[in-house]
Amino acid sequence: MRILRLLWVGWLFHMKMLTRSAFNFWLGLVYPLFFATAAFFMFQAGDDPKPLLYASLGAAVMGIWGATSTAAGAALARERWLGTLELLATAPAHFALILLPVTIAMATIGIYSMISTLVWGRLVFGIELEVGDPIAFALAVPATVVSIGALGFLLAVAFVRFRQAWALGNMLEYPVWLISGFLVPLTLFPAWVRPISWALAPTWGISAIRGAALGGSPYSDIALALLLGAVYTLAGILLLERALRSARQKASLSLS
Amino acid sequence: MTAARVFVVGGVLSYRALFNWMQPVVYVPTMLGGPLFQILFFAYIGRASGVESDAFFVVGNAVQVSAMAGIFGVAMTIGGERWTQTLSLVLVSPANRFALFLGRALPLIVNGFVLSCFGFVVGLALLDFELEPSVLPALAACVLVTTASCSAFGFIIGSIGLYAREIFVAANLAYIGLLLFCGVNVPLDELPAWMRAISEVLPLTHGIEAARLVAGGAALGSVDGLILREALVGACYAAAAYALFRAFEAAGRRNASFDQF
Repeated sequence: MRILRLLWVGWLFHMKMLTRSAFNFWLGLVYPLFFATAAFFMFQAGDDPKPLLYASLGAAVMGIWGATSTAAGAALARERWLGTLELLATAPAHFALILLPVTIAMATIGIYSMISTLVWGRLVFGIELEVGDPIAFALAVPATVVSIGALGFLLAVAFVRFRQAWALGNMLEYPVWLISGFLVPLTLFPAWVRPISWALAPTWGISAIRGAALGGSPYSDIALALLLGAVYTLAGILLLERALRSARQKASLSLS
Repeated sequence: MTAARVFVVGGVLSYRALFNWMQPVVYVPTMLGGPLFQILFFAYIGRASGVESDAFFVVGNAVQVSAMAGIFGVAMTIGGERWTQTLSLVLVSPANRFALFLGRALPLIVNGFVLSCFGFVVGLALLDFELEPSVLPALAACVLVTTASCSAFGFIIGSIGLYAREIFVAANLAYIGLLLFCGVNVPLDELPAWMRAISEVLPLTHGIEAARLVAGGAALGSVDGLILREALVGACYAAAAYALFRAFEAAGRRNASFDQF
C-alpha cells in the first residue's frame, strides 16, 4: 500500500510540476503537431485515404514518446543540477519508486499532444476516427503511456553516468518513432530491424491502439506492451542498484 | 583592426563555448545522430506514403539539417549568454556589434555546411540516392548560401533572446516550422496557398529547390535565380536581426533586464 501511495504521489507531484512549465506545455502541445501535419500532408498526397487514418493514430502516439525521450534521458541530471539527487538516493524509499513515477508522468504529459493531434487531424484534415472497441482503446492508451514511461525509466538509469544524457535521449526520439511503426509499417524495414522493433514497448502500444480503433488484436498487444514495460522496469531496477552501489563506493553521485 | 579581432577571436571563442560542442558526447548525438535519423525517418514515411523518391527526402533534409546549426547555434550564441549570466559583460563592451554578430555566425555556417555534407553521405550510404561528382561544387554553393540564410534567420531568434526568456521554445518551433513550410518533406504544391506564400519568405525554400535541381543534374547557371532569392531572403533576415538586436540591446540597457529571468 505504501508503495502504491508513493508511486501515486510521485506521479501526481511531477505531473503538477510538468503542467506548470510553459516550455513543456507549449512544446509538448505544438511540437508533435508540426510532425503530424507534415505526415498528414504526405499521406494525403496518396490516393488511398486509409493510410491517413493509420498515420493519424501513429502521429498522435508519437507525442507520448516525444515527451518522454529527452526528458527521461535528463531526469537524473536534472535532480543532480537541482541538488536533490543525493537526498533522493539516500531516502528510505527505494530510488526506483521515486524515479519510475517521474518518467511515467513525462509520458502522461504526452496525452496532451495525443489529444491535440487527433483533434487537429479531425478539424484540419477531416480525419474521422471511430473507435471500434472503446474498452480496448481505454486500456491501450494508459498501457502505452505506462510502458513508454517504463522505457523512459530504463533510459534514465542507463544514462546515469552521462552529464549530457539529454543529448542521448534526444537522439533516440526519431529512431523509436521510426522503427516502432508509428507512421511506417514494419514490413518496409530490413528484416534485421524487426526484432529490435518487437523489443520496443511503443511498437505494441501503437499496435494495440490501432487494433482497438481500427480492428485487430488489441488485448494481446496491450499485454505485450505491459510485459515489456515490466521487463524494462526490472532491468532498470537492477541497473540502478548497481549504479547506486558504485556511486556510494566512489562518492561520485553528484560528480558524473 | 579591433573589429577584425572581435570577429575572429570572438567568433572562435563563442563557438568553442557554445553547447560544449567540443565534447563528442554532445556533438555526435545532437549534430550527427539527429540528422541521420531525421533523414531516415522522412525517407521511410515517403516510402510508406508513396510520395516522392528517396532523393527528394535526402536532398531536402540534408539541406535542412544545416538549419540546426543556423537556428539553434546562432540563437544560443546570443540568447545563451543570458543563461550563462555573461550577457551584460558582452553588451557593456565597446566591441563593434556587426563584427561580434558576424564572427559568431561564421563558425556556425561552416558547421551547418558540414552537417549538410554528412546528411548527403547518409543518403548515399543508406538510401536509394546517387550524386554525380560533377554536381558537387554547384551543390556546395546551394548549401552554403542556404546555411548562411538560415543563420541570419537564427539571429532573429537570438536577438529575441535578448528580451524574451524561452529562447529554446522559439528555436525549436522555428526549426520544425522550416521543416514543415519549406518543402523539405512535403512538396510545395501539396501545401495550401497560404503556406506556400509563407514559404516564399522563409529561408531554405529556394535553397532546397535549387539543391534538388542541381542534384538532378541542372547546371548552377540554371538555378542562379533561386540562389539569389535565397541570398536575398537571408540578407533581409540579417538586416532585421541586426535592427532587432540593437533595439533590444537599447531596451535592455534602459530596463536593466539583461540578467533577469
